[in-house]
Amino acid sequence: MEDTGSIVAFWLLAALTLGSALAVVLIRDLIRAVVLLITSFLGVAGLYITLSADFVAVVQVLIYVGAISVLMLFAIMLTPRAGRNNAETFFRIPGILLAGLMAFTISLVSLDTDWAVVERGGFEETASAIGEALLDKYVLPFELAAVLLLVAMLGAILLVHPEGTDEE
Amino acid sequence: MDSVNRFGPELILLAMAAVIILADIGWALAGTGAERMRRPALGALALTGTAASIIWSALLIAFDEQGEAFSGMIRVDDFALFFNFLFAGTAAIVILASIDFLRRNRFVAEYYALILASTAGMMLLASTIDLIAIFVALELTGISLYILVAFMKDGRSSEAGLKYLLLGAISSAVALYGMAYLFGITGSTSLDEIGLVVSEANGETRSALVLAMVFLIAGFGFKMAIVPFQMWVPDVYEGAPTPVTAFLSVGSKAAGFAVVMRIFLTALGDGSISSDWATVFAILAAISMSLGNITALVQGNIKRMLGYSSIAQAGTFLIGLAVVAAADPQLLLGTSAVLFFLGTYAFTNLGAFIAVIAISSKIGSDQIADYAGVAKRSPLLALGLTICLLSLTGIPPTAGFIAKVYVFNAAVQADLVWLAIVGVLNSVVAAYYYLRVVLNMYTAEPASEESIQPGYYLGLAMVVAVVGLLVIGIFPSPLLEASEAAARVFG
Repeated sequence: MEDTGSIVAFWLLAALTLGSALAVVLIRDLIRAVVLLITSFLGVAGLYITLSADFVAVVQVLIYVGAISVLMLFAIMLTPRAGRNNAETFFRIPGILLAGLMAFTISLVSLDTDWAVVERGGFEETASAIGEALLDKYVLPFELAAVLLLVAMLGAILLVHPEGTDEE
Repeated sequence: MDSVNRFGPELILLAMAAVIILADIGWALAGTGAERMRRPALGALALTGTAASIIWSALLIAFDEQGEAFSGMIRVDDFALFFNFLFAGTAAIVILASIDFLRRNRFVAEYYALILASTAGMMLLASTIDLIAIFVALELTGISLYILVAFMKDGRSSEAGLKYLLLGAISSAVALYGMAYLFGITGSTSLDEIGLVVSEANGETRSALVLAMVFLIAGFGFKMAIVPFQMWVPDVYEGAPTPVTAFLSVGSKAAGFAVVMRIFLTALGDGSISSDWATVFAILAAISMSLGNITALVQGNIKRMLGYSSIAQAGTFLIGLAVVAAADPQLLLGTSAVLFFLGTYAFTNLGAFIAVIAISSKIGSDQIADYAGVAKRSPLLALGLTICLLSLTGIPPTAGFIAKVYVFNAAVQADLVWLAIVGVLNSVVAAYYYLRVVLNMYTAEPASEESIQPGYYLGLAMVVAVVGLLVIGIFPSPLLEASEAAARVFG
């Protein structure tokens, strides 16, 4: 992160990510909120690139910007009355105060801490390294994630199936 | 092969879950002729899976096959094996208790598969020593449970499932955030390496460590169901199918304690930070016990009452964690106190919930007032529930008595006398609402004379739980030795 380009890119992307994330929370219209969420995801993908994590950045765009956002838009459009805006809530003021307090604490702690910093490598291809790590050191969590997906699929089928109990 | 061998107890549960799903498809293809055998056979398969898992764990001990597996992702030691037995045993009893309840349900195979997958996740939570694997195991346990809570698909069960899912997702995110801090401070996801870096830290990372600790306590506090992360408990316990509630109150809670002990004693065990979290746990213990017990006093629904009582019990376990911080002898005493208490609590709470399943399914109500005169309608069930409630209160000769003495003794030895006093006072409060149920069953007039007969499997599960807690109450030494051996892992 030494060269000026990276630093400028970091601050711009950070502003984009946080700004649109804040707008997601504040804006009332659900569709607009999802579109802004996409901008926020894109900002995160950019941050990954500044960290030389090309594969993660591409995956972030494909999965979050592509698949998940589309899924969200579909869910909103297919849900009756989803077009209505979010109502005022009683927790607005306490929520803002709490979030402000959290942000303050986290910033203070982050500035105060001596982080374990890793030197940034050059812009090399990371996909093969990730693949090897997944099938070597991290093979157990990787396979468990597969089980996790199976369980989630079972649950989705079970919960949306129209029939509940058998008639005997 | 060593890796696969040591991973065996979990692997066999996951394999059996897959076999159950495939066998169910087989039945669907076989047509209606074989339909009659479907439910019993699937239940038997699930029970075989848990039994095989227990046997495999026992063989690992017998052949001294302990150690790390999958390049330092899991560590099979006495601590992990203790929880293997606890979780597989809990799952077996829950499956026994579910057979009657599933009699009319279509999704039997999915139910058993989810229970087995969740159990494997819980076992992994006790044995993983890497943050990435811990998080995946946490989600495997959690997602299976979200589905099981919503299993009935009626209004209350769905509402409970949604509440559990939303709060569970938030707490997982918070725990993950805490883990990210740990990684940021130390540059490693391995608990051992984190522990090493933390013990060599020179104070420059202290504030971030404290923040990570707070996030981890908040995230896992949800699983342990301690105040102030207990908001979901009464609604979810009430809305979930009762066998799932039993599984939640024992398995999920024990898994929360297992992973907290693993992370806090390995990664954050250094004296500079452990006194901080011990103080936090001491305060949370006092609040959990008091709030749980006082709220339980006014509950009319027995599942909600047991929910609040489980919050109070979790507070009592936390005393053990509060004791741990002060150097060597206390570390052993506090950890083994928590483990011993978890072992006794498993039998006690499972027994209580099984009695509730048997009685409530017959009288069609979860209200304590409707339990009037149950002793006349089913003397054995009433006796079983009474023994469990006495054990929860902590009255000899039940296991609960020894567990409470053990924990309070540990608190006194670690100079936490105030915490022991709070605990004893709370036991007095708890006695009131537990014994109110007993009195109501024995002295009040029953609404009808019709006798209550639990099914064969439910009766068997009840006998296992009640005999277990009486045996531990009279001969505590085997469980005591097992918990001490498990605690020595962190010594």
